[in-house]
Amino acid sequence: MSEYVLELKGITKEFPGVKALDNVHFKLKKGEIHALMGENGAGKSTFIKIITGVHSPNKGEMYLYGEKVEFNNPKDAQVKGIAAIYQHVTNFPDLTVTENIFMGHEKVSPITRRLLWKEMHYEARSLLRQLGSTIDPKVEMGSLSVAQQQIVEIAKAISTKAKIIIMDEPTAALTARESEELYKIAEKLRDDGVSIIFISHRFEDMYRLATQVTVLRDAKYMGSWGVDEISNEQLIVQMVGREISQVFPNKHNEIKESILEIKNLGKIGYFADISFNVRKGEIVGLTGLVGAGRTEVCQAICGIAPADKGEIFIKGKKVKIKKPKDAMNFGIGYLPEDRQLQGLILSWDIGRNITLPSMKKYSQKGWLNPKREATVAKELAEKVSVKANSIFDLVSSLSGGNQQKVSVAKLLTADVEVIILDEPTKGVDVGAKSAIYEIINDLAAQGYGVLLVSSEMPEILGLSDRIIVMKEGRIATTLSKEEATQERILEAAMGSEPTNNREVVVEV
Amino acid sequence: MNNKSLAEENYLPNNLANKKEFSLKSFFLQWEWLLILILFLVFIINSILSPYFLDANSLLGATSTFLDKAFIVFPMALIMIMRDIDISVGSTVALSGVVMATVYNSFGFPMEIAILVCLAVGALCGLINGLLIVKFKELSAVIVTLGTMILFRGIAYIILEDQASGNFPDWFNYFGWGTAGNIPFILIAFIIVAIVFTLLLHKTTFGRNVYAIGSNPTASRFSGVSVDKIRVIVFVLAGVMAAVTAIFLASRMGSTRPNVASGYELEVITMAALGGISTVGGKGRMLGTILAVFIIGFLQYGLGLINIPSQTLLIIIGALLILAVATPKLKLPKFLLRK
Repeated sequence: MSEYVLELKGITKEFPGVKALDNVHFKLKKGEIHALMGENGAGKSTFIKIITGVHSPNKGEMYLYGEKVEFNNPKDAQVKGIAAIYQHVTNFPDLTVTENIFMGHEKVSPITRRLLWKEMHYEARSLLRQLGSTIDPKVEMGSLSVAQQQIVEIAKAISTKAKIIIMDEPTAALTARESEELYKIAEKLRDDGVSIIFISHRFEDMYRLATQVTVLRDAKYMGSWGVDEISNEQLIVQMVGREISQVFPNKHNEIKESILEIKNLGKIGYFADISFNVRKGEIVGLTGLVGAGRTEVCQAICGIAPADKGEIFIKGKKVKIKKPKDAMNFGIGYLPEDRQLQGLILSWDIGRNITLPSMKKYSQKGWLNPKREATVAKELAEKVSVKANSIFDLVSSLSGGNQQKVSVAKLLTADVEVIILDEPTKGVDVGAKSAIYEIINDLAAQGYGVLLVSSEMPEILGLSDRIIVMKEGRIATTLSKEEATQERILEAAMGSEPTNNREVVVEV
Repeated sequence: MNNKSLAEENYLPNNLANKKEFSLKSFFLQWEWLLILILFLVFIINSILSPYFLDANSLLGATSTFLDKAFIVFPMALIMIMRDIDISVGSTVALSGVVMATVYNSFGFPMEIAILVCLAVGALCGLINGLLIVKFKELSAVIVTLGTMILFRGIAYIILEDQASGNFPDWFNYFGWGTAGNIPFILIAFIIVAIVFTLLLHKTTFGRNVYAIGSNPTASRFSGVSVDKIRVIVFVLAGVMAAVTAIFLASRMGSTRPNVASGYELEVITMAALGGISTVGGKGRMLGTILAVFIIGFLQYGLGLINIPSQTLLIIIGALLILAVATPKLKLPKFLLRK
């Protein structure tokens, strides 16, 4: 038998247009806690999906206990003793804990095929007790805290006799105390001979638990080290040390007076004490890990999910923003993260999409003026260089990059002065990316205040005049363009030393 | 939808046409042509079966037998375009009619006041539906209006028990049957309402917002469309139009009872769906809806002339509805799709 319980060799996975994994290797020993690290989008999630049989690789081999395996679906992986606990717990909130634990492998009487509830409840209780938890297996899953739900998910993994458990950012939504409990459970499983793949953005998690760490960067395998062989700095270099490959256009914006000011904005369970300002002609980058609360802050400013605390000032005047329309009336435009779901009406043509937010402006007393709309739409679509035959082309027929340009054009029709861009280049090809960067710079040069939310480090560094880094619902640091480096941003976003007041924010 | 390849897109000039090219094929590939065809078929079959059918006067007169419920089709089309549905309209007709009769007969108010009260009750019913639907987002429109359907009908029964209330003034009774020249009043009213709603849906920002909400409610809200306000207004319009139906119905029948107009909601939804209003929202035009009203109406009238029982009509309407919702899903022959 091989030394490794799980070994992956040369795994490559391509999705249309993207290489999500490129020749990745991985080795897992029995009873080992192995950390898998990398930036957002480095390919960790795809990698996990390969191991759990959700995706099959285009190239590469996978060995389980030295034996070559091929998984065609998640059930195959489950049968072989691989279980995954995801970042966003995927349970059935309206069912009981027992039902969740035994979902898919219920205990039934061999003769009557009747469900054996008593046995299942009993076993669920003993599984949970093994994990040091006193959760009542008869309560509904939805009534439990995130931490408790995770424990149930772990119990579920054990009940399937899993020998390899993958934990995808299990501590992301937990308080320090809850994380500590989870660590103890993970250690107990390890001592029982279970191997754990642990994905986390927190260095503290890694140092506390793992003995081995594997790093992915831009879909590539960077290497694998013993945790005590590699320093914090070296690890960060491995994670981000790439060249900035995109070309960022020269900037020629002039920063003027403050236009948007946020004071002590807070929303229970999402973010707290957010204060910053955006000036005319300035691009402010807002970054942090996924789940740090960036989108939530933007949506609070734009009235989509208003904050419960704090104040928003526009040009020094305090304003109340309760719905997106208010924000627009105050001159704040928002480019949502999900352009297909939140930004555009895909079944409509380019022109109608562009004029939707400001139809009032191009109509007379409620009557549409199609000619005027068409003129404006053409002008704006050309301004952001949408590539299409006519403004009557359906948005659904455009590429991602062109769709995003239509979204930007949409913002410009309204009389906005502050533009909030939430992941503007997500799912956009490289060519369109630089076109969008150019548009963003242009907007700043024209005197718009721009708040740019992005997880992509080069984008934030290449465009921003000032960078705000969020961590766990709070502002970790603000860096000027000159101070900012990938390493400093990542250090602030991940925080090698725990923050003291984290519990206040995360506990709901 | 097939995305253009990046290379293909890059060859396009950065100069977008802002005038629509006229395409003969897409002009003729419209649902309305099919409806016109069906309407012709209805006329042809009817006139073969009954020599009395094709008579201009009787055809005009026939409209007053089926146009009463047709007023509700217009707001129903708006509601369905917004991905909602309202199955309480039949009960709203009954309740507003019963209240009108009671205000006139039991409280002795003049008929003019009673008519205004009727419209107000209709509007109130619509407002209740609209507010419930936007305030309780987890409840679907079909459940909310199922509840109010039973509720409104129940109130109508409490007010009038199982009796009829009539004795309206002569001018009011004349209203439902009367004509200007040869044209029935109800047809004139229908044409006016049809024009108003057609303009509202196709020529105003309000109508554009209705389409936007039906096509993508989230993106509409993010784009500053007052989604909730518009939904409530449209439900109020449905209530008001149900009250208009109640007025014409009471006038034509000379009295009203709590059990009138039951099943109207389904006939109205059928008309809208046959008219090409998408059942998943975002699509449909008023012209098709108007054609569908006449298709079902004349079908009903013609079958009545040759004494075909109304149960047969149900079969035909059911089949038409299935045809209407299934046809867009059928694969068109290839030569029609080729560009």
